[in-house]
Amino acid sequence: MSSIHDLTLASARDALKARKISAVELTNAHIDAIERLDGQLNSFITRTPDQAREAAKVSDEALAKGEGGSLCGIPLGIKDLFCTNGVRTTAASKILGNFVPPYESTVTANLLKDGAVFLGKLNLDEFAMGSANLTSAFGPVENPWKRKGSDVKLVPGGSSGGSAAAVAAGLVLGATGTDTGGSIRQPAAFTGIAGIKPTYGRCSRFGTIAFASSLDQAGPMARNLQDCAILLESMAGFDPRDSTSVDTPVPHYEAALKRGVKGLRVGIPKEYHVEGMPAEIEALWQQGMDWLRDAGAEIVEVSLPHTKYGLPTYYIAALAEASSNLARYDGVRFGERVSAPTLDGLYEASRAAGFGDEVKRRILIGTHVLSSGYYDAYYLRAQKVRTLIQQDFLKAFEKVDVLLTPTAPSGAFAQDEKPSDPVQMYLNDVFTVPASMAGVPALSVPAGLDARGVPLGLQLIGKFFDEETLIAAGHAIEQAAAFHYRPTIHAGVSA
Amino acid sequence: MSLDAKTVTRIARLARIGLQPEEVETLGKDMGSIIDWVEQLKEVDVTGVDPMIGTGLAKPRLREDRVTDGNCRDKVLSNAPEREGPFYTVPKVVE
Repeated sequence: MSSIHDLTLASARDALKARKISAVELTNAHIDAIERLDGQLNSFITRTPDQAREAAKVSDEALAKGEGGSLCGIPLGIKDLFCTNGVRTTAASKILGNFVPPYESTVTANLLKDGAVFLGKLNLDEFAMGSANLTSAFGPVENPWKRKGSDVKLVPGGSSGGSAAAVAAGLVLGATGTDTGGSIRQPAAFTGIAGIKPTYGRCSRFGTIAFASSLDQAGPMARNLQDCAILLESMAGFDPRDSTSVDTPVPHYEAALKRGVKGLRVGIPKEYHVEGMPAEIEALWQQGMDWLRDAGAEIVEVSLPHTKYGLPTYYIAALAEASSNLARYDGVRFGERVSAPTLDGLYEASRAAGFGDEVKRRILIGTHVLSSGYYDAYYLRAQKVRTLIQQDFLKAFEKVDVLLTPTAPSGAFAQDEKPSDPVQMYLNDVFTVPASMAGVPALSVPAGLDARGVPLGLQLIGKFFDEETLIAAGHAIEQAAAFHYRPTIHAGVSA
Repeated sequence: MSLDAKTVTRIARLARIGLQPEEVETLGKDMGSIIDWVEQLKEVDVTGVDPMIGTGLAKPRLREDRVTDGNCRDKVLSNAPEREGPFYTVPKVVE
């Protein structure tokens, strides 16, 4: 018998509208799953079951009258980087451990307006800085997937690791993520779910705690692209409170699923065949090309000559912006304070105690590349290389409609396999960072399992504001891949 | 190459992050390896290339110069770690 935990977001929506299930029933089932499983997974930093039950009741009243928005009664998780009015928002940092925003981010306000039910705030890497969800001040998140015959704890990817783990384990029907250099796509790939990083400017950044403002972009994470499409339509839209928000209509993304890929030109960037890439990732990529070709697309080799400079450029640009953005945590206006006899002493002590090691390292590098005597050599040069990276994409999109690449150079690794060299850790994002630098949209879909039984994803990168083509091509991969596997730890598995 | 203790201390001072002596050494090593790695950007020819400040997708907007939000002093102050009435408090900065 199929259980309530087999529902996708879309099928739950339809069942709610048809009054086959109630929002209270659906919400309670998810609260129960969180209570059963999240002690182990640690995907939530803050749970809000009482508010969720209240919201579900309101949803049922609306549904009974045939009313309610596109997400009426749908239980979601919110990455703890989005400010939520009256609900603690920590960015997984000690420095914001007790921060209760007196306002709502635009993205979460949009979801609430459409009737979503929030189950709580999801774990992440501290200030979204990481690729393994190992830097959270609230402890690491465990990936619900296990390697075959092994109980070793795997990472869920990062920074949206709590969002990815909660979606994959069936604790929520969908979640918000944010992506600065791959923070939606890489964890989606590591946990066998779908995730979309929209075009920069598609979702408002208002009320989202900033990491690197010229790169940060919110997006949906869910078990398939139909669910992501429904969420994105709600999250997206122009917001006068974000100066980088773009005033362009939001399409009905769900409709794009049916478009197909006949005649679509799919580019394969030759520079993404990086040295040392595992054979099974190459094989999966080839499989993806074959799937799209069989569905009617044309495969075209393209060149993105500055690909190898994507990561170093990213680490200069993003860290410079981070050092500037995180200057606001000073122990005076909000956040943790450590007292000291002088004002500078107070700043230094508060920031020393409040930030974790990775965040400190990144702020310091960002400060260094912006400091007098180094600005031109590092920061200005990186901004120029960023122009070249963006031009690579714009030129490629004169010839093709989308690009197909692997999402990450490996499947999920174990928590204790974390490389000690920070540069090695950064290489996780080698395929996701360039699209972020260019500002173009990209998504990840689950495409198969590796030899050890953990999921692998394929990435599609598209033209500015053409998320619909991405969704159409991604859905063709979903249909061909028929990814029906489930993680070991899942709400639908009774204990 | 590791960044020396003097450089790390200077940067930490600029960033207002207090460091323990043992952190200075570890951070110097980590930061040095990251800086060495980004040095490869020096091989890119950027002659005549404009810096990319943002994606350039949003057009600058103007609006009427009037107050659209405000009157929420208590909300603004609600997360202050220490305050006195409507003020944030800090250690004395003027003798």
